[in-house]
Amino acid sequence: MAEIILEEVTKTFPVDGQSVSVLAGISLSVAAGEFVSLIGPSGCGKSTLFNIICGLVKPDSGRVLLGGRDDVRAGEMVSYMPQKDLLLPWRTVLDNVILAREVAGEDKETVKREARQLMPLFGLAGFENCYPAELSGGMRQRAALMRAILARRRVLLLDEPFGALDAITRTRMQRWLLEIWDRFKQAVFFITHDVEEAVFLSDRIYVLTSRPARLCLHLDVDLPRPRRDALLTEPRFLFLKKQILDALLGG
Amino acid sequence: MNRKIPAAPMIFLLVFLLVWEIAVRATGVPAWLLPAPGQVAGTLADMLPLLLEHSRSTALAAAVGLAAAILVALFLAALMDFAPWIRQGVYPLLVVSQTIPIISVAPLFIIWFGYGILPKVVVVALVCFFPVAVSMIEGMQAADPDMVNLLRVMGSSRWQVIRLVRFPAALPSFFAGFKIAGTYAVMGAVIGEWLGATSGLGVFMTRAAYAYQLDRVFAAIIIISLISLLLFAAIEILARLVMPWYYKERSKG
Ligand SMILES: Nc1ncnc2c1ncn2[C@@H]1O[C@H](COP(=O)(O)OP(=O)(O)OP(=O)(O)O)[C@@H](O)[C@H]1O
Ligand SMILES: [Mg+2]
Repeated sequence: MAEIILEEVTKTFPVDGQSVSVLAGISLSVAAGEFVSLIGPSGCGKSTLFNIICGLVKPDSGRVLLGGRDDVRAGEMVSYMPQKDLLLPWRTVLDNVILAREVAGEDKETVKREARQLMPLFGLAGFENCYPAELSGGMRQRAALMRAILARRRVLLLDEPFGALDAITRTRMQRWLLEIWDRFKQAVFFITHDVEEAVFLSDRIYVLTSRPARLCLHLDVDLPRPRRDALLTEPRFLFLKKQILDALLGG
Repeated sequence: MNRKIPAAPMIFLLVFLLVWEIAVRATGVPAWLLPAPGQVAGTLADMLPLLLEHSRSTALAAAVGLAAAILVALFLAALMDFAPWIRQGVYPLLVVSQTIPIISVAPLFIIWFGYGILPKVVVVALVCFFPVAVSMIEGMQAADPDMVNLLRVMGSSRWQVIRLVRFPAALPSFFAGFKIAGTYAVMGAVIGEWLGATSGLGVFMTRAAYAYQLDRVFAAIIIISLISLLLFAAIEILARLVMPWYYKERSKG
């Protein structure tokens, strides 16, 4: 069954007294354990769509179903890694990554023990007691991702997690994200600007037009897993990439 | 922070005192009008036991008043976050209340609360309340709305948002206000003592001033400055203990 279903979701924002249409009827779905990407021009409404899914913003019309239900409480099903890492500067790395579970009222020491064991996987071993300001950009992103994953929700929303990283770090993080995903098997809904990143990571890709956003392409990425670097130059990979680029530039 | 005592202000202070000393001796100004620094130092040494005794009650009033102001301010800040209508109703009044000169209402406290420590504590609390309350409220308001949203998506209650995000986010601003309040606190206690009390540096000063013992007045002023400095240093140390993350961020540049 699908974890996320959106049916004809629309949203307009009042800007300077005028209403600006941001989302013009978006329907899509993400199934359990699936990796789905969302690509669209800057400012088209991708983050707004995520805010609607996690309940921060109410859609003007349309339905949002999480796990088949439309009455899901905040924090119940999705965990969200926002565009900025939003690590709390007054908490150490360890205290940051357990935040969602602490909020849920779980015993802090138990969750901390679990978190400590996962630190090496996230490349944060030895930095448990550092403050976010003492970390590099890549480490901050990994800590933010660890916080989202440790929340143990069925759906993971990742809003341009690697947008601010340099090309090499970014490539490394993509490979690593796939390993993490393989291990935790949550449904992932992933926003990116980077066409190659989307094709490399995803099972399926939705492409949005510029504002007001509509779906202009829905693509199955029929490339075998596990994904290898050699894929990047294969004809099928390049073909998929070109289809998306055409949709983005033509639409 | 530079932990060494900086040399430049020390040199200026010494030169200033030296000029003062020479000027008093050269012009022969009488001591009841302007005592020389040397004489003040002598008086300070002679009167130290008595001064320390008076200091104790002044410092106590300052500390208790400051603590009361902080507790009320924190409570009010949390309340305002829970119920925005309280903020809309109370915050403007708070600002307007600052136009009332405390020194003009302080005599009322003597009438209401007598000559003990209580009226002094009330004066100190009133003087200190505003900077702490405003810095706390503004600091909580300025917490990153995206962080607040992140907590909401995690399913946080209102109180969890305050405890986990708004309070800690407001700490740097709060301590800035706390330091200002700390310097007001001793002054507030002394003003309370001027208006009527049985002990304290303010009482000591009024008595000395009536007797034209200006050397004693200056000695008391020195002690008051020292107490204020100590209080300031204590607040700074507290800030470093409570917000190690903030100082690490700052030292990184
Ligand atoms: N609360 C709001 N009030 C008014 N306008 C808003 C609000 N939130 C978003 N918008 C507008 O909606 C549009 C879409 O914003 P959104 O952040 O969803 O874009 P995005 O696709 O995530 O962009 P980017 O790729 O740059 O992150 C923008 O034009 C933005 O100004
Ligand atoms: Mg965005």
